[in-house]
Amino acid sequence: MTVETPPQVDLNAQIPEGPLSDKWQNHRFKMKLVAPQNRRRFEVIIVGTGLAGASAAATLGEMGYNVKAFCFQDSPRRAHSIAAQGGINAAKNYKNDGDSVERLFYDTIKGGDYRSREANVYRLAEVSTQIIDQCVAQGVPFAREYGGLLDNRSFGGAQVARTFYARGQTGQQLLLGAYQALAKQIDAGTVQMYPRHEMLELVVKDGRAVGIVTRNLVTGEIDRHSAHAVVLATGGYGNVFYLSTNAKGSNVTAAWRAHRQGALFANPCYTQIHPTCIPVSGDYQSKLTLMSESLRNDGRIWVPKSPDDTRPPDQIPDEERDYYLERRYPAFANLVPRDVASRAAKRMVDDGYGVGELKNGVYLDFGDAISRLGRDVIEARYGNLFEMYEKITGEDPYKVPMRIYPAVHYTMGGLWVDYNLMSNIPGLFVTGEANFSDHGANRLGASALMQGLADGYFVLPATLPNYLADMLGTTPESVDDPAFAAAEEEVRERVNKLLSINGTRSVDWFHRKLGKTLWDYCGMSRTAESLTQAMKEVESLQEQFWSDVRVLGDNESLNQSLEKAGRVADFFELGALMCRDALHREESCGGHFREEHKTPDGEALRDDDNFAYVAAWQFAGAGNEPCLVKEDLNFEHVKPSQRSYK
Amino acid sequence: MALNLTLRVWRQARPEATGRFETYEATDISEDSSFLEMLDVVNERLSDDGEEPIAFDHDCREGICGSCGVVINGRPHGPLERTTTCQLHMRHFTSGDTITIEPWRASAFPVLRDLVVDRSTLDGIVQAGGYVTAPTGAARDANSILVPKSASDTAMDAAECIGCGACVAACPNGAAQLFTAAKVSHLNLLPQGQPERWSRVSDMVDRMEDYFGSCTNYTECEAACPKGISVDFIAMMNKDYLKARFKDRRRQGQSG
Ligand SMILES: Cc1cc2nc3c(=O)[nH]c(=O)nc-3n(C[C@H](O)[C@H](O)[C@H](O)COP(=O)(O)OP(=O)(O)OC[C@H]3O[C@@H](n4cnc5c(N)ncnc54)[C@H](O)[C@@H]3O)c2cc1C
Ligand code: FES
Repeated sequence: MTVETPPQVDLNAQIPEGPLSDKWQNHRFKMKLVAPQNRRRFEVIIVGTGLAGASAAATLGEMGYNVKAFCFQDSPRRAHSIAAQGGINAAKNYKNDGDSVERLFYDTIKGGDYRSREANVYRLAEVSTQIIDQCVAQGVPFAREYGGLLDNRSFGGAQVARTFYARGQTGQQLLLGAYQALAKQIDAGTVQMYPRHEMLELVVKDGRAVGIVTRNLVTGEIDRHSAHAVVLATGGYGNVFYLSTNAKGSNVTAAWRAHRQGALFANPCYTQIHPTCIPVSGDYQSKLTLMSESLRNDGRIWVPKSPDDTRPPDQIPDEERDYYLERRYPAFANLVPRDVASRAAKRMVDDGYGVGELKNGVYLDFGDAISRLGRDVIEARYGNLFEMYEKITGEDPYKVPMRIYPAVHYTMGGLWVDYNLMSNIPGLFVTGEANFSDHGANRLGASALMQGLADGYFVLPATLPNYLADMLGTTPESVDDPAFAAAEEEVRERVNKLLSINGTRSVDWFHRKLGKTLWDYCGMSRTAESLTQAMKEVESLQEQFWSDVRVLGDNESLNQSLEKAGRVADFFELGALMCRDALHREESCGGHFREEHKTPDGEALRDDDNFAYVAAWQFAGAGNEPCLVKEDLNFEHVKPSQRSYK
Repeated sequence: MALNLTLRVWRQARPEATGRFETYEATDISEDSSFLEMLDVVNERLSDDGEEPIAFDHDCREGICGSCGVVINGRPHGPLERTTTCQLHMRHFTSGDTITIEPWRASAFPVLRDLVVDRSTLDGIVQAGGYVTAPTGAARDANSILVPKSASDTAMDAAECIGCGACVAACPNGAAQLFTAAKVSHLNLLPQGQPERWSRVSDMVDRMEDYFGSCTNYTECEAACPKGISVDFIAMMNKDYLKARFKDRRRQGQSG
């Protein structure tokens, strides 16, 4: 069968003219507006009500647009964003330690290993300060000093204290702030909220995004929704690895459906592996738990010098411990960026130095900090994390060092968007972790919350009207249009197919297998050989899935196996694309580490001459090789250099 | 060590269907697994045997999203204090135990399926006034609002509520006082919350009373709360509610 390949898209990032520091303000002035009395004539769909979606829905609703918002949990307050622990960055320079928009911009570009767009990152740093103002005005109870001013800490290797936090529950408090603002709009009737609804298809007509098809997760009803524009704020796809720190429901389906409808998927191989998570303890393991990175401010990471040392940690004298980060990176020591810390831990464990019963972790030790600062101080700083660690492992970290190991945490890749956060499908906008925009090949700690809220409170509410303005006087596409009928049919067919296979293996069985393959071959380190192998395995596993998965029950009721099956089906296709992307990128950068491309002492080696671009993949029909579209990255402001944390 | 347990689980196919307890043997369960991981294992075996898995809500599995929550041997979230169901580990059970697992029982939380209930009435209470009106973009510099550390810390104590509904499930009257008080207090304690202080408390309490039973100070809610939210916040809310009612403070510019 020959399938027509779609015409190659021409990517235009729409980066405004002018000096970097003026671009956003100039652009804001040039963009078209929608007058207040006309806003209610526009319908906007927002899929996802985590930080990125709830903030956008609340803001647009308040501006006067008619918003329909969707999430799969029973309430918007439960989005994965709620689990963020550590904090949110902003260039407030409240500590007077030399921070500035310029410095946050520079740190983010460098941290991303020079694989992000300068203009986007600059804007992110620029609006960061407004986010804090906004959140405080909403009543977000950030940590404070005795005088009543906001407190800050240094996070994830930053040399300035620019991170705002609310105990160990920053994501929770920020999400509740956005959720409360959203609740107000729901009460006011500007936002119609659809919890327990899952978007299963994007509807595109004449090249524009005109609506979505959803499944009501309680009744199984499949519905059509149309609007002038569709926003996806559906989060990241780390769960493709099965074990990750993401919430169990996090998935790629919304983004993947859009991808299949023509939206380009950018840099899918850029995965962030977080260095400080609780190691796997058995086969039943369903997810991995993050221990906030802030712990590295006071904890020291080590392994025994001898791989055969089986003594309990407190009986291993200091000189027989290898504080390998302090040894290898004297300048940054335990605070090296995530990718560097993760690979170092992997190397120790691979070389047989792992600790714990399964020898699959390294120690994160607070002994010194407790003797220096006292238990009270450590408890005040990390009490809830220590408690969580003890609940999960049954070990008391005040007495025994924590055992940690890297785990999949965040995905920098996502749907391609231009400077306006619009994908290459007009009318389809993508915000938060679901897009690829600001973190390049590696995200800095405390910057995802910043980006989600920057997108939702400030960027989208400015750029979306620019798109809508031309559509004044038009009504959204009728849901009776054949484009909607076709999309609904597609959804029904898939659901029926999944329910009718009635094979022998559970969805989780397949998901675990897929995850293991990707973790082993497309995880912390990758080779051409491992990636080729992974692609083969993913393909055959996918075939097996479609002939042997068992999904019991029916569509017409709450059916969690069916929900999972649809998500895992999309993870297969995504997994294959991740491997392809990783294989084509013949360099190491940020979270993407190719064993073939490293410096003599084992650090990531970029190839700026050949790979300073965004790899955006275009779907070319099931079973066909996707097409690669490149967006070149031009660095006018910073000069890419080899990252060094020595 | 592996555990062998007997589970009595509430099964109910649909909201309108009648439910019943089913008994399952959960053998060879790792002590280190969480309660939900134990259910995962049971579900996988059920599915292998051609029986539909037990439905339960969950997402973060870190004790923060508030999705999970079942009644375990009569106690919401089970035997451990200050612990959500997802953070309860099997090492707290003994081989040979029979464990009864039910959904939240409250008239405001209809069962949707098995252990899954509809808690949207909690969202309704927040929609009635559980926010500070702060239009995006109009905020002044964050540090121009000073908040005494003690006020901020107490507000945070209240704000830690995860909205799981265990307080309602624990209350003999099915009241939602602790949930509502946590949100009211979080915002009413802060300077930012003052302009809407009195309307917030009246509107939220009124909405709460539309759906939920009334509080008769059993304080079961505090004991069941996985975040240890204190019943003192209920007293705080009641005081504000009385004040708001006593005089119509809305007309007085909401202050004082
Ligand atoms: C444990 C942990 C700790 C973290 N800590 C930090 C931190 O300290 N600082 C920091 O900056 N970042 C942190 N991060 C990263 C950060 O939390 C996330 O990147 C961010 O919250 C993502 O927000 P979001 O709004 O894009 O997506 P999410 O919060 O994931 O929201 C996705 C939304 O989309 C909905 N959805 C998804 N698919 C569908 C569909 N098909 N149909 C309908 N609805 C759908 C969901 O219901 C949900 O509402 C952490 C991440 C983890 C895992
Ligand atoms: S699953 Fe999130 S609190 Fe238990």
